[in-house]
Order: sequence, then structure tokens, then C-alpha cells
Amino acid sequence: MKKGLSAKTMRLMIPVVSLVVLLVAVFWLQPRAMSYMGMNLLFNLAVPIALATIAQMVIIAVNDLDLSIGTFVSFAACVTAVYLPTDPLTGILILALAIGAYALMGVIIHLRDLPSIVVTLGMSFVWGGLAVLILPAPGGTAPVWLRALMTAATPVIPFAIIASIVIALVAHLIVMRSTFGVAIRGVGGNARSVARAGWSVLKIKAMAYALSGLFSVLAGMALVGLTTSADANIALRYTLLSIAGVILGGGEFVGGRVSPLGAVVGALTLTLAGSFLSFLRISPDWQIGAQGAVLIIVLGLRLLLSRREA
Amino acid sequence: MNMTLEPPPVVSARGVRVAFGAVKALDGVDLDILPGEALGLVGHNGAGKSTIVNVINGGLTPHEGRLAYGGQESVAGGVGSARAGGVRCVFQELSLCPNLTIVENTRLMHRGLTGFGWRKRALALISQTLGDIFPGHRIDCTGTVGDLSIAERQMVEIAINFMTVTEAPRLVILDEPTSSLDAALAEQLMAHVRRFVGAGGSVLLISHILGEILSTSTRIVVMKDGKVVVTKPVAGFTAKSLVEAMGSVIKEKGHAAARAVAGDAPEVINLPASRGSVCGFSARKGEIIGLAGLGGHGQTDTLLSLYRARSSNWWPKRPEDIAFVAGDRSLNGTFPLWSILRNLSIGDLGALSSRFAIDHGREEALGEDWKAKTAIRTPDMHNPILSLSGGNQQKVLFARALSTPAAIVLMDDPMRGVDIGTKQDVYAIIRAEAEAGRTFVWYSTEMDEICLCDRVYVFRDGAIVAELKGEEISEDHVLAASFSGEAA
Repeated sequence: MKKGLSAKTMRLMIPVVSLVVLLVAVFWLQPRAMSYMGMNLLFNLAVPIALATIAQMVIIAVNDLDLSIGTFVSFAACVTAVYLPTDPLTGILILALAIGAYALMGVIIHLRDLPSIVVTLGMSFVWGGLAVLILPAPGGTAPVWLRALMTAATPVIPFAIIASIVIALVAHLIVMRSTFGVAIRGVGGNARSVARAGWSVLKIKAMAYALSGLFSVLAGMALVGLTTSADANIALRYTLLSIAGVILGGGEFVGGRVSPLGAVVGALTLTLAGSFLSFLRISPDWQIGAQGAVLIIVLGLRLLLSRREA
Repeated sequence: MNMTLEPPPVVSARGVRVAFGAVKALDGVDLDILPGEALGLVGHNGAGKSTIVNVINGGLTPHEGRLAYGGQESVAGGVGSARAGGVRCVFQELSLCPNLTIVENTRLMHRGLTGFGWRKRALALISQTLGDIFPGHRIDCTGTVGDLSIAERQMVEIAINFMTVTEAPRLVILDEPTSSLDAALAEQLMAHVRRFVGAGGSVLLISHILGEILSTSTRIVVMKDGKVVVTKPVAGFTAKSLVEAMGSVIKEKGHAAARAVAGDAPEVINLPASRGSVCGFSARKGEIIGLAGLGGHGQTDTLLSLYRARSSNWWPKRPEDIAFVAGDRSLNGTFPLWSILRNLSIGDLGALSSRFAIDHGREEALGEDWKAKTAIRTPDMHNPILSLSGGNQQKVLFARALSTPAAIVLMDDPMRGVDIGTKQDVYAIIRAEAEAGRTFVWYSTEMDEICLCDRVYVFRDGAIVAELKGEEISEDHVLAASFSGEAA
């Protein structure tokens, strides 16, 4: 039993260790980052990425993959920036409908046994088109309350850190502790036995997709709160960042093995990797490649560790 | 009307029929399981044991017939009404979620465990049940199922199904529950079954270990070809009479015209006896070797290891001297988007090519040749493979293997669900090819096919338990060896 526990802790240790290593490297390069202001700047943009990563994680937990998160978060950001300040009712209605559309997508994927990659890839063009229709040119404004929340000056610990911890804890409660979370991960682990126990896999999948949609909407809102305006292409990188964050955080593509705490740490690590490379004065053109390299190193480490255990 | 005072049966099936394509899996089955009885269910491959289990647990809706749980006609059908009727099922293949903890798996199987603090209650319940059934077990119930050994997973699954949350189970179906348990654990389980039945519960027990069936059941049902052939209290059976009851009603026509394989033909395969086997594995040139026994007892693994021993993953030599005919056509046999001809010629493209390009003339000739030899029923070999019936697709797969110069052909129960006419065609081809000096290793779940072989190895629990030659190859002998517990 002890061996199993250590495997589990290993899984969470790798992302935590990589985060600490990166953080130390950043502080060493730029000691001024080791302050309230510095930390806030470093991790500010991690909040929407962490939310998007949780959204992706819920989909991965049911053995699917969502390639539309980037455009969907952009769409949610556009709706937030255009409607929420002036016409909040319409805005909330659109966002609620979008979450409903996510649930419907889950239903269709399950009923027709379609590959989620294809369906979500198709939907990504739909969300992208809708975002352009709502906001043809970059613009819009953040609702005052949202701006106030995202730039809140919390005592001692910067808001970005507190927000990340809250996101991780809430996601942990839903996905790891609640019955609903057990059902979601059960579908990922062995959908047939979940169905044999009398559950509706269809309902579970629809709810999982809806939950994912909700977290994506929150990601879009958080992003607008930080940037104060939106653009139809604002969050395109999130699709791959969110997948990378889940995997980095100890999740696996199949089998319902996910970790919300790990996913948030993974999102923080990826954000920090970007800043780290900027401090090294590496051109942003190389950053995506460098983030990929970080991912490959971490995955390689994990493979080595799991080999040793076997 | 005179109302019976007996309690209604826990499950009552009447005239249940299920057909998969041309194969009748259940052909009018009547079955009652009464409270307080342990019903043993035995039968050979394809007798319909798994199908009736799936009908009772609601996983399969019968095409005809009625089902009632506790005297209540099941109208809606499905898993829901079976569970409402108190039916629980421990499946042959393990069906827990390996990524979840034992407690979480318990929660998934028991919808009554709701509300705040369900983890604590589930932990207490599962620990207690596991301790009741398997005293002295060393399973940490807070652990993840994926970290457990196969035997421990089986124990957990059994305990979860015997557990009482809101109401006690009325019928627990155990499908080969001891397949991964050692003798001591199996005895603990059987003792628990006897206690459970003594307290008024019912158990449907399927096992290939006749000793368990005879010592634990109160009544035994023998199935054959989708029908219930005998139902008697356990006292009416001995291990011998049970094996006889599973055999054919019509005595087989004797071993089909025993072919004389020259005893001095060179051996092409010779493996030493593996752990637990009574003899090694050998095959001579031109022999047809049968692998018999209940499904899933190591036959396919034997074929795969034979294949791997003779071919390389890294740089396969062409042409290979061993060919494999897959059993599951759609999974690892056909290329569904390709034509019949392409599906055939892929077996040995090297022989059809000159200078890295396929010679279409030679490919066509090969196609026409094998179309005639195996009587593939199609107007045009360029039609898609899926335009053929299952049997004819199987012929194409045979032709693919036989069109290569491979000296050994391995067959993984390839004739499942094939009509009788096609089977006869293929049997004739196999005999002709064997005469010509090819060696066949044939895993089959069908007794007539086993009887076509020159020599038969019977498998049980992953080991060879009997070798039958010539006249010894008969259903009685195969059955007796497949089911342990026969007084040897």
C-alpha cells in the first residue's frame, strides 16, 4: 500500500518540483520579482489559464479531449466585454446558452460515439466565428466589479496566488471529493461498469461537458478582468496550454486519472516558463518551443519514474 | 384459485430467445431461481451461460420471452429493473474502475450511499463485508484499485456485490468468481456463499471447477446450445454424470477419417512443457493441431507466443514462415475500407512486386486463383470487403494466410459465427493444405472442429492438461479435461 501512495505523491511532486525550480531560477535572474508586486505580475495571467486547464481536465477525465477551449474562452471573453457592462442580462443569457451548448456537445459525442477531437475541432470554428460576429474589432470594456475583483490588492499574499489556490480547492472538491466527481472519473476509468451499476453515462457526460463549459466561461471573464478589453483571438493559445497543463500536472489522456491540484500547478508552471524565458531575453518566437521542451522533459521524468516502479 | 404459499422466484425467465446474427445464443430458455438456493450453471463454450447471465442482470434485452424479478413482471427491462429486483452480478472480467479508490468504487456500485459523509460509511461497510467473506485479508480499503493484485480486485468486487447498503442483495451472480483466487480464498468464498444461501439469499454460480459446483450448489442447471438440457438437485449428480450431461445428445460420428500423418515427418514446433502443463507442445509437418478447452484459458496466448517466437517486431523477414488468422475479424482481421483483392494480397506483397511496385497483373491473377479455390461469393474482387458476408470475409482472411509460403498457420478460433456451408468449404481447404505439407495450429471453441484435428491439446488455467490423439479425440475427453474436479 505504501508503494501505491508514493506513486500518487510522485505524480503530484513532479509538477510542484518543476514549479519550485522555475521559481528559484526566476528569482535568481531577477531578484526584484521576489516581492508582492513581482509575484502578482508573474502569476496574474495564470488565473484564466488555470481555469481553462480545469475545464480541459474535466473533459480529459471522461477520456475525451477539447480542442475548442481556446476559441470558446475567446468567445466568452468577447461576450463579457461587450454585453456584461451594458446589458448584463443578455450577456448572462448568452453565456448560459453557451454552457448548454457544451452539454449538448457531450450528449452528441456520447450518443453518436463520435471522436471528441473532431467534434470540438469543428466547434472551435463555430465559437471563433461567433466571437468575430460579436466583436469584429478588438475592444469592449471590463465590467467594473470584474476589474475590481481581478486587480484586488489582497493583504500579504498577492491576489493571483489566492485565486489559484481557491480554484484548485474548488476543483478538488468537485472532481475528487463529490459523488459527481467520482462518477465522472468512473466513466473515464471503466464506462461499462458505471453503466452496469445503473448510472446514465449520457447524463454524466453531459454534466461533465457543462462543468467544463462553466470553467471556460469563468476563464474568459477572468481574462477580460485582467486585460480590460477583448479580442476574438485573445485566448487561442489556451487550447494547447490547457492540455499541456493537465498532463504536466500528473493527468493522463485516458483512464480517468486526473489531478485538479496538479493541473493548477501545471498551469502556473507553464505561465512561469514564459516569464523565465523573457528574463533570459529569449525572443517570444522561441517561447512556444521552449514550453514544449519543458513538457517533454517533465513527461520523460515521469516515464522514467513509472518504469522504475513497474 | 389455489394460491401457492411458496415465495415467488427471485428471477423467473420464460421462453427467452436471443440471437446474434445467424447464431442462436439462447433458444427458448426457462429458468427460475428461488430464494435460498445456490444454482450451479454449467455448460461448454457457446452453451449460452454468459448470455443468460446478461439477460438476467439486464445488460441484454431478450428478443423474445419474459422476465420477472420477485414475481414482478419486468416491463421496462434493463439494468435498472434488475437492480431494483435485488440482482447483483460479479462479472468474469474484472469490472471495477482501476483509477478510483475502493471506497469510490463502492459508491459507484451502490447508489444508496448518498449524502454527507458517504466516504466514511462506505469505508466501514466495505471493510466489514470484506472481513466477513475473506477473514484475514490484507487489503487497505482506502487504496486505489489499480494498485491491487488481480486476486485482490476480484475479492473487492465480490465484497461490493454482497454488501448491504439500503437493502440486502437477493440474487448474486458469480461468473467464474474463483478464476483468480487461490484455493484458500476460493474456499472462504464458497463458505460465504453457503452462509448467504442459508440466510435466504440466492446465488447463481458459474464455474469450470466442478468440485465447487458440486459442493456449493443446491441445484444444478446444465446448458447446451442455448438450451437448458438438465435441471436436477445436486444430489443427482456426480462429477462424471455432470460432464456427460454437458456432452452431445447425439453421439458424434467418430473421429472424421483419421488422416495418417507419417510419424517420421519432421517436427516444426517443439516446446518444453510450461509450468503446470502435463506435456510440451509439438507439431509435425502436415499436422492439424487443435487447441481445446473453455474459452480464455490460455489458447490465444499460446498462439501469440508461437507467433512472436517466429517473427520479429523490429525487422520482419519477408516472407514470414508463420501466418496468423485472426479470430476477431473486425478488430484485427480485415481492412474495412479496402477491396476484397487488397485485403487478400496484403499477405505477401513482396511476391507480387517487382522493383518496389506492385504488379497488377500478378495481383489480379492471385485474386482470381483464390476466388476459385476458396469459392468467395462475389461478382468482382474489387468490391469492398464489407460487401461480403462474415463467412466470406473469413475466407478472404484464410486465403491471405494461405497465399503466403508460410509453413505454419495459426488460427485463433476464426470460424465463430460463420454459417455451416462456408465452414465445410474452409475445412476442405485446411485438409488439402495439410496434405500438401502445411502445419495448422487451430484454437477452436467448437467441438466439430476439434474433432477434425489430428492431435488436440486441452488447456485449463493457462496450461496444457491433456493431449489427445486420433481416436481419443472426443467431446467426452475434451470436456472431462476442461473441467477440473473429475476424480482422476
